[in-house]
Amino acid sequence: MDEFNASKPIYLQLADRIHRQIVSGELKAGEKLPSIRDMGIKYSMNPNTVQRAYSELERGGILEARRGQGTFVSEQRDRLAQQRVKLKQEQIAEFVHVMQEMGYSAAEILAGVEQYLNSAQKGDK
Amino acid sequence: MIQMTNVTKEYAKNTAIKDISLTVPTGRIIGIVGGNGSGKSTLLKLIAGLAQPTSGSVTVNGEKANRRTGQFAAYSSESGIYYPIFTVREAIRFQASQFPDFNLAKADEIMKLMQLDPHMKIKALSKGNRGRLQIMLTLAREAPYILLDEPLSGLDPMVRDAIVKGMISYVDLSTQTLIMTSHEVTEIETLIDGFIALKDGSLHRMADVEELHEVEGLRIADWMKKTYD
Repeated sequence: MDEFNASKPIYLQLADRIHRQIVSGELKAGEKLPSIRDMGIKYSMNPNTVQRAYSELERGGILEARRGQGTFVSEQRDRLAQQRVKLKQEQIAEFVHVMQEMGYSAAEILAGVEQYLNSAQKGDK
Repeated sequence: MIQMTNVTKEYAKNTAIKDISLTVPTGRIIGIVGGNGSGKSTLLKLIAGLAQPTSGSVTVNGEKANRRTGQFAAYSSESGIYYPIFTVREAIRFQASQFPDFNLAKADEIMKLMQLDPHMKIKALSKGNRGRLQIMLTLAREAPYILLDEPLSGLDPMVRDAIVKGMISYVDLSTQTLIMTSHEVTEIETLIDGFIALKDGSLHRMADVEELHEVEGLRIADWMKKTYD
């Protein structure tokens, strides 16, 4: 429960989480997802909520329900690639929005991001 | 479907439930929440047909709720633990003899999941294991309504988690509806579809959890703190 917050419907938070796992490659194209019940057990979550999250991602073409077999990550790789771009843009838009609200200019944001990534890279080595 | 129309329940000295009207659709998990003495357990007993309203009506699937419609409902009381000299296995057999909808195979499966020893006497069980036993005996019934009074109360986090997972595993929402009272609103937040909030015996609010999140951006606990003072 701690992992979910009240600012957004829980089914959308679960959908986002699955979506991110697909974008990161943790869940691969064509891979079978846990059954609704098993997913519910994993997160102590109402099966109706899990069903809504799956339906949401099916509507977006990210998941596919196959009759009698379960729910799978879509094999339409172009679709997944599109989604990868979309998720990136959403995250950037959110970040930029917050930064602009606090009064940072585009140049400051860009420079800040670049500096951050450079030092993060050095930290990796 | 459960329908309550202008239900009032008076006991000798106090009014436990005051003029409540509501409808609970099937296939959902509903939490009854509210402070101590707000009428949660009484409301559940009225639905179970174990208490009769002083005025107003309670129907379960269109029939007046009474001991007979109780067969549609697997009810688990807050205090109730059966016969202390029974073993776990004997308690299962006894429950099976009382309720035609009791599924022995399911009971066995839940017993294993809950790691209960069938040969243990009930009086020798820890409080946590009694909680597990009680949930097992209730969830093994294939009744259209599962009614649980404070199933998580007074149990440690591991037992609470096992019980929540048991509910998700063994309640089939395509054929069953689960209604429970609980103090542990944070714990049940992702588990329930909707909640019935009582205040001093009156209906304070009935809503979907997602509605509370979406419209007000609040968890149930936050909403209660805000509106119960």
